[in-house]
Order: sequence, then structure tokens, then C-alpha cells
Amino acid sequence: MDRTRQAVQLTDMWRRSTFRHGVHPPDTKHLTAEIPIRRMPFPAEIVLPLRQHAGRPARLLVEKGDHVERGDKIAEADGFISVPIHASAAGTVTDICLWPHPDGSVATAVRIVLDSYSPQIPRPRIVPRWEGLSPQQVVAAVQQAGVVGLGGAAFPTHVKLLPPEGVNVELLLVNGAECEPYLTTDHRVMVEYPERVHFGIRVMMHTLGVDRAVIGVEKNKPDAIEALDATRPADLDVTVLPLTVKYPQGAEKMLIRTVTGREVPSGKLPAHVGTVVQNVGSIAAIAEVFETGYPLIERVVSVTGPAVRHPANLIVPVGTKLRDVLEFCGGLTEDVAEIVLGGPMMGACQPDLDAPVIKGTTGIVGLTHAETKPREAYPCIKCGRCLDACPVYLNPQLLGALAQAGRYEDMEKARLMDCMLCGCCSYVCPSNLPLSQLFALGKSGLRRRKDQAA
Amino acid sequence: MDLPSLLTPVAILSGVGLTFGTLIALAHWKLKVWEDPRIDELSDILPGANCGACGFAGCRAFAEAAISGQVVPAECTVMGSFELEEFAVTLGVEAGEVEKRVARLLCAGGSNVAVQKADYYGVESCAAAVAVSGGGKGCAWGCVGLADCAVSCTFDAIRMNPFGLPVVDPDKCTACNDCVVACPLDLFVLMPQQHHLIVQCRNLLDGEAATSVCSAACNACGRCVADAEPGLIAMRAGLAVIDYERIELENPAAIARCPTNAIVWVEGAQVFPGLELAESEAR
Repeated sequence: MDRTRQAVQLTDMWRRSTFRHGVHPPDTKHLTAEIPIRRMPFPAEIVLPLRQHAGRPARLLVEKGDHVERGDKIAEADGFISVPIHASAAGTVTDICLWPHPDGSVATAVRIVLDSYSPQIPRPRIVPRWEGLSPQQVVAAVQQAGVVGLGGAAFPTHVKLLPPEGVNVELLLVNGAECEPYLTTDHRVMVEYPERVHFGIRVMMHTLGVDRAVIGVEKNKPDAIEALDATRPADLDVTVLPLTVKYPQGAEKMLIRTVTGREVPSGKLPAHVGTVVQNVGSIAAIAEVFETGYPLIERVVSVTGPAVRHPANLIVPVGTKLRDVLEFCGGLTEDVAEIVLGGPMMGACQPDLDAPVIKGTTGIVGLTHAETKPREAYPCIKCGRCLDACPVYLNPQLLGALAQAGRYEDMEKARLMDCMLCGCCSYVCPSNLPLSQLFALGKSGLRRRKDQAA
Repeated sequence: MDLPSLLTPVAILSGVGLTFGTLIALAHWKLKVWEDPRIDELSDILPGANCGACGFAGCRAFAEAAISGQVVPAECTVMGSFELEEFAVTLGVEAGEVEKRVARLLCAGGSNVAVQKADYYGVESCAAAVAVSGGGKGCAWGCVGLADCAVSCTFDAIRMNPFGLPVVDPDKCTACNDCVVACPLDLFVLMPQQHHLIVQCRNLLDGEAATSVCSAACNACGRCVADAEPGLIAMRAGLAVIDYERIELENPAAIARCPTNAIVWVEGAQVFPGLELAESEAR
């Protein structure tokens, strides 16, 4: 406890609130940074894939032809590292079929055609009030509400609320860095719902039994820092820490490094260095779940980028097709070249606009040919810029060469699994080598070889 | 220089040489492992590709297995008929016969029939495309067409056709399994060349959902199930599945009414839609 506080104070004092390496891409957040969050009207149909979170996909509960109300559970959590899925609108299940998934594959999904003229009122309070709940009950309630990390990876939130046996968590780190270019979802949530963020922090601190929380926000969001600071509850030890603007400041391990000065060992969890990191959007989602009693059935999405006619921050029902969201934002311009889900550094390009918004979708970014012009890749000139950019001190040049040679086992020895695919190396490479794609290839190739060997 | 001082080093060196020479000779006599001389002889006849198609660790391991009688010479599918006979004569056994197996592609969705949803720019490899967002083809199960299999083929048996589908030359294919391992979508299977009936599709969608992404997709209409001998073909999860345990029941009637030509009767190399046309144009 004391050591953490000391470390936080030291970083405060030195004002060196950053980590080593990393890159400075243009943040291009001006497109949506000032636009208040709006609610998007319900589409005619929603599609809910059963796999929306890290861990086991949910187990189906409904059948074709069933009628569901808004907030009804349509799939049950399958095991502890899994969450249920709830209908985000009232309607009729027309089909349970294979449907394009935002990760580029196809996955089993529930198609629901919405009731016309329905007021879409959710069932009253599915989630209990949090007052008087024991930590275990809060964990169960958060799981039943289907809350996952809204920062992109969609890791079930309740798992983080129950740290592994034998570790002592002493600091709750709230991740409001939002270091990806273009995205402004967390920014707008912090500006518009600061009380909700603080309420979520209160629930998490109670459940984890920690008495100190730090909210890390990059300095390019002064209005968010101000709003959070102004609404800080008097009875809790919560600090708002402005962070240097640098990518990937919002990566879990980088944030821990910045705030506490500690490094998470390879293959370990943040809990092993006494911290739990939670995205600010997920914190707000926990608060919303306990406030309203509804499960997680909608989320804030930034629809932005130069190829979107009217960029916006929208509350979108989970399962809305990208096509409907983009249509509501005035559609795409003629020179659109690429649609990316998530930020442009780590996000996944989308081949199909029928894919739905899922719980982990932070943003829909439309890029034009000017941003995505395919450039020829040249041979590596061994300049070493990727080594200077890599925030986890890997050797991307070596890993890239090994991937091209198909030597995935050697990549593993060169610590491929510590790579979080942040894309810093690809960003700085003067030869335009698609390094982070090669690492994605290495990871999938390694998994495939292990499956084949088994 | 006087003679005695020259003799000393000569004597020492000769002594050392003699001692170690004796030791080596002793070690050779004591630690010698007898090896069948035929192993080297047979290994020389084998192609030396170490492709693994026979199921052994390499050509030498196959030679050892052949001497011990575990395999018949014909189980090396890479040898030509001349080498095969030489191998059999050297070993003094019959060459034997094995069923000729070839790699078959379970996709007919070339760029002429399959819908392309998006263009892919990036590492020119199927595995890399699949690792990010699937290469942009409308059908999530379909051939990506970036030739990982052709690159992996040791015997140059795979060529990409003008529509981006790999065509296997059955004469060159040795069923070594390399393309099966290389394909990130598991579209290759090894099967005996005598099997003529193949469903060239792995799309699990049915009806219009399937044909809207590829006009050569199996739309699970069930006509082949009705036309074939009962029990040969079954419809499972949006795809016609042939029971190869009962393949002796096959006859060309099964493919007659297929609306998309997803099920085909193959003699020799696989034929994909539009290929005849492309070949005639080339001429």
C-alpha cells in the first residue's frame, strides 16, 4: 500500500508521467471530441453473436420464433470466464444462424427483428441494487449483467473483480488514456458522466477492498480531467493523474508502468504487481448497470474518420449492424477505402458491413485513400527504429524476419507472446514492413501448429 | 642442426600418433555398430526428398522399414516406375501396390464465381490474410487464393489457375500432406484417386445465403442426396457430405441435378468453373 502511494507521489513530483518508447501518431480526435453523445434510433433488425467477449462463448437460451423483451437474457454464461448476452431490443427471434462477425470470421448469432412501434421499455430492474451486497454478490451481479471491458478486448469485468488467490491488490487504476487516434468514446463519457465514473469506482473499490484509485487521463483531454476532478467524492481517495500524450499510453501494462513505475512481469497479470486496471467506459457501465438495473445492452461508439459524412458519438444498441450505424451518420463519402473497428492502430479492418456492433466495439473509423494508400514494402534496412518504438522492448525486426521464414517456434523464443500487437513498429518502419500483421500471423500460426501437433 | 635433436620430436610425434591410432582402432573394433549395408544402397535409390508422404521420418527411415518388411516399396509414392523396380529388385521383394492418393481442394470459388467483399492489401500469404480479417472473400470458408499451398508444395504439383484457385496435378502429387498443413482454412484433403465424387465446397450456409456469396457453393438443396445411392450422401449443417466408407456406391447420377455444380465427378485433375473457357481463350 505504502509503496504504491510513494510511487504515485514520485511520478507526480517528477511530472514524468509516461513510459519509455512508444510513438506519437497524430491524434485526430477533433472530429468528434466536442460532439455530445446522442442516442441512435433502434434499427429494424439486430444481430447478436454468441461470442462477444474473451473466454467461452455464451450458451444459447432462445429458439427461433421466440419473442424477447428488451433486456431479456438470450444466452447464458458458459463457465466463469464468460458472460450472458441480453437482447438489446424487444422483438422476435427470426433465425439463429451463422453471421459475419466483426473479427472477420462467421459465428453463430441470434437475429432479432424488432417489434414495430414498440416503446422498447426494458423489464424492470434485472440487476439488484449494490448497497448491502457482499463482494461475491457484486461479482455475480456484474457477471449476470453481462459487463465486459469496453476498451476493445472485451474481457469479462467480473473476473477482474476477483483477483487470483494469494495476490494483494492495493491500487485501482482507471484507464482513461484513450491513446488510439480518432476515438473519443471514453473522452465523452468522462466529460458527460463524471459522476457515473466515480460511482463505478466506488463499487469497484468496495468489491476489491482497495482504498486508493488513480484515474489516468491523457493531457489532450483537459475538459475530461477538469470534469473528473470537480466531481471527485470527498470520502474516497481518488486521484486524477494527467498523462503524457503518447501511444500506447492506454495499454494496461504501459499505464501501470507510468503510474506506479512497476513493470508487470512477462506472462503475469496486473494483479501480481498489486493493481487492477479497468477501462473508464467499463467503470461507467458497471455504474449504469447498478443505477438503472438493466444489463449491458448498449454502448457508446465513436463513428468517426474522414470518410464518415457526419461523425458522431452514439449510444448504439449492441447488435446494430455497421451499415445501419453508418447510415445514421450520413453514410460514407465516395473516397472511402477502409472501415476499421476500434482505433486505426490496433483495430480490425472490416470486410463486411453486415457485421454487428458488439460489446467490444469502441469505434467505427472510416478512412479514405489518403490515409490508407497501400505502400510498397521494401526490405528491412536494419535501422533499429522499431526497437526504439517497441514499448515492451522486443526486437520487431528479428520477429518479422522469423515470421516471414515461417519459424514461429523461434518467434516464441524471441518473446512473441509479450507482443500486444500495438502496431508501433509498423508505424515507424521506413520500409513499410507490415510488422504487426506478421506478428498476428506468427501468433495464429503457432496456435495452429500446436493444434495440429495435439 | 644436429641429428639427435631432430629425432626427439619425430619420436614424440610418432609415439603420440601410434598411441592414438591404436586407441581409435580399438574403439572402432569395440564400439562398432553393424548396419545393414542395404540401407545406404536403398537410400540412394529413394528420391531423397524426405517429404514424409510415406509416414516415416525420411527416406532413410523408409529404407530401414522396407528392409524389416514393415512396408512394401510402392508405399513411397514419389519414386518413378524405374526406381521402384530397382528398389524391389535390390531388396528381392515384390514392388507391391498402393492406392494412389492425391490432394483435393474442397473449394470451387474462384474469383469468377465467388463474391469479393473487400480488397486485401498486406502480406501476400493466405495465413497472414486469415490472421487479420479473412482476405475479403464473401465466403468465410473459401480459398483465399494467395498460394500458400503452391509455395509449400515440394513437387511443384500445385499451380494457381487464372481465377486464383490452386489446381493439383495428380501425376505430380505424392500426397505428402504439405498443402494440407499449409492451408489456413483446411481446404485440402488427401483421398484415393479412385474416388470420383467430391463436394467442392465447405460453405456451411444454405439456400440463398450460400449462393449469394458464391455461385459454386453447395446450397444444401438435397438433390444429390436423393439421386445418389441411399446412404452415400447426407446433408449435414448446410453441406452435402459424402460417406467415403461407402464410396463403392458412387455413380455420376449424383451430380446430374446439382444447381451450382458444387458436387462434381472427377477424373484426373479437378476442374473448376470457368477453367475450360480460360484455357480456350489462352489458346
